[in-house]
Amino acid sequence: MISGYLRKDGRKGIRNVTIVAYLVECAHHVARRIVDKADSPDVHLIGFPGCYPNAYANRVMEAIATHPNVGGVVLVSLGCESFDRNALAETVRASGRPVELLVIQEVGGTAATIANGLAAVDRVRAAATDVPRAEMALSELVIATICGGSDGTSGITANPAVGRAFDRFVSAGATCIFEETGELVGCETIMADRAITPELGAEIEACVRKAERYYTVMGFGSFAPGNAEGGLTTQEEKSMGAYSKSGSSPISGIIKPGDVPPAGGLYLLDVVPDGEPRFGFPNISDNAEIVELIACGAHLTLFTTGRGSVVGSAVSPVIKICANPETARRMAADMDIDAGRILEDKATLGQVGDEIFDRVVAVASGERSVSEELGHHEFILTYKAFEPIGPACLPVRNTGARA
Amino acid sequence: MTGRSRLILLHEDDNVFVVVSPIEAGDALMIGGGTVPAREGITVGHKIARRALGPGDKVIKYGAPIGSMTADAEPGDWIHMHNMKSDYIAAHSRGAGGDAL
Repeated sequence: MISGYLRKDGRKGIRNVTIVAYLVECAHHVARRIVDKADSPDVHLIGFPGCYPNAYANRVMEAIATHPNVGGVVLVSLGCESFDRNALAETVRASGRPVELLVIQEVGGTAATIANGLAAVDRVRAAATDVPRAEMALSELVIATICGGSDGTSGITANPAVGRAFDRFVSAGATCIFEETGELVGCETIMADRAITPELGAEIEACVRKAERYYTVMGFGSFAPGNAEGGLTTQEEKSMGAYSKSGSSPISGIIKPGDVPPAGGLYLLDVVPDGEPRFGFPNISDNAEIVELIACGAHLTLFTTGRGSVVGSAVSPVIKICANPETARRMAADMDIDAGRILEDKATLGQVGDEIFDRVVAVASGERSVSEELGHHEFILTYKAFEPIGPACLPVRNTGARA
Repeated sequence: MTGRSRLILLHEDDNVFVVVSPIEAGDALMIGGGTVPAREGITVGHKIARRALGPGDKVIKYGAPIGSMTADAEPGDWIHMHNMKSDYIAAHSRGAGGDAL
């Protein structure tokens, strides 16, 4: 049984991380030095680099600062940026977590803020140790999936194996989230057929159309040169492989970054901004997507890779599932699960799906994932704009599922 | 390598196979009940034609269209960016340049 950290809002976490958050790039160095000097696997750096205000960035920062895996927060502001530091500090305080705010221009510069920040981290960590522990059922887990560095093996081994694990978790009442509508271009009609209502199916098709249009304006699909070197030729081919991560459960809803699913089930995260393209590519790299999944409450992320990605994440553990047997041998020390064995007849999809399921339970129970052990705590957040989801997007909420 | 097949068929409707262990030029590929010599080396994860394909033909993988042919291919030929394209958004390779405009 998983022993969770019980937060005052009733949600439970699988980690008790202290985050140090810079509120503009100008405070990044100071915040990073505080985290480096704290030198703990449970003190993580997050932040937003922009000086201009952005509602999306505010929402994601608030969602992450009050994420169930977070025990306490130290905010580092330069002083003149537009991020509303007091509102964020108040939101964290209202959630029952210890929070401290340092303003570099008031504290008196780099060295003084690093010293004060380190002391603040110690106080916050000490206060965060008091959080009660509580049994956590599988149905309380929120599990996300993403693929990065995909190749022609991803859609045959690791992705469908994650789909098998997702099917088991959804059956157990857990919440599973898949994403990147730009990597679902070409799958929209088969995906819409899995929606729990026809109206949701229409929303799914609309959100993939939005992604296709957005990426067309950008001039590039969600497709990297390494994808082609690994045997993937087109966006829709990559999409078909990526889509198999979602498994075969019915799709219960569409969410946007910062929306926490209202009940167990399978959800699609729409990561492509609304309106006219304004701030560039929807997600400039894989970690930007992981941050959004965490903002939707993900306790951990299943990351499949064929070419061999090494990233982890701040706040929520990343479990690495390697699709390609050659990569799995070359980068064995970065992978939790070798799904490439499926191609060499050494394991079946079902067996690897079960291994992924067991690994999720172990990591949720406190075992460190490989990327955690290696100290990977990447975090990136940039500008975006979203409209709230429409009424057809969450039929579960409308029928009054989980309160 | 073991004697297992170098190719897998993901769906019976597919007109391409996926390479699951490396192929070298001249290797005998078992296709459609006969064998064809591989024209070139092909690495894991790539596709080869299951049957003859021509420009405009849909390439089917996972039982679904994943793009269209832009050139002819014989059974056993490598299928990639040189002879097929997306029906949605063009893919890019390294050296495509940073400016999409």
